[in-house]
Amino acid sequence: MAITTTATLGKSSDTRVIKGMAPQLRWQLGKVLEIRQETPNVKSLILDVPDWTTHLAGQHVDVRLMAEDGYQAQRSYSIASPPEDRYLMLTVERIEDGEVSPYLTDELRVGDRIELRGPIGGYFVWNARDEKGDDSPLFLVAGGSGIVPLMAMIRHRGNSGNTVPTKLLYSSPCHEEVIYREELERVSANDSSLRVIHTLTRRQPHNWMSYGRRIDRAMLADTAWRPADKPLAFTCGPTTLVEAVANDLQALGYEPERIKTERFGPTGG
Amino acid sequence: MRDTNLRLDGNAAGGLLNEMFPFEMTTAEATCGGCGTTKLFGEVMLYRHGMGAILRCADCDTALIRITHVGGSYRLDLSGITYLRIAADIH
Repeated sequence: MAITTTATLGKSSDTRVIKGMAPQLRWQLGKVLEIRQETPNVKSLILDVPDWTTHLAGQHVDVRLMAEDGYQAQRSYSIASPPEDRYLMLTVERIEDGEVSPYLTDELRVGDRIELRGPIGGYFVWNARDEKGDDSPLFLVAGGSGIVPLMAMIRHRGNSGNTVPTKLLYSSPCHEEVIYREELERVSANDSSLRVIHTLTRRQPHNWMSYGRRIDRAMLADTAWRPADKPLAFTCGPTTLVEAVANDLQALGYEPERIKTERFGPTGG
Repeated sequence: MRDTNLRLDGNAAGGLLNEMFPFEMTTAEATCGGCGTTKLFGEVMLYRHGMGAILRCADCDTALIRITHVGGSYRLDLSGITYLRIAADIH
């Protein structure tokens, strides 16, 4: 095989910035400032990471836990906070039998510290500043805790005053398990260019007016922007949902390279 | 649990790859030796195991890169790819 890289690793006095250069990430300690219960199974951790530089909406961090006997477990968690926030927010779903998430959701207390490294990822990211002059609408599709990186994008979009037309199609089991429910209601009520469409797959409240089934091609055809509008799509959630959404959007005429996917697998564990 | 649910994106290997390469590797591009498809690492399939990870082609399932970290060494089996391009534009 062949490897090409066009980087010139200059002398120490060389101050050119090499885009794409990511010096080896160090493990850092983040101090838990606040723990927020989002739904019965999901908590947000607000962390003070003293040496945090900045990140892009959609990026993740690796979290490492180490037992006293040296055993390590490591998982990736999407960053929920926008780049503009001073503190880092991770939103963690408790996975039964998981190695890391039950510790983060059940054991961790305000004032504790956890090890993390990041930000990581250059593929599933959205930067409002890069999109200036590009009014392609955004179509965001989330399943369960797949909302987390998309929420970072929605928050970043709001903070940066970007008004690109945006729709979020969000699948949750039931009303009580809709993560960031109140914030999504608030931001979409105050922003006519942002529309949030829910589907509740397991149980719907009385008088529920929106969808009550799993996301399928017909639902995507109803809700997605027309391919002629050159939309940019991001979908995140369980592997099966993400793959079905990506296939269906392609079948509806979306350009494959404008459908960005992030699979959660068993949601990080 | 079905295998499909154990599958992650190459995205999730960004931290691990950064231990070996000083670049944002989720946007590096690799050509599959099995089917010839070129994709970003962020888009390929990742399977994690106790000692490391395997990146597989999203189209034909060829093992692109096998990474293990054992005994203080990283071992990379790159036989599944024919080409690797790492974006490193100088500004």
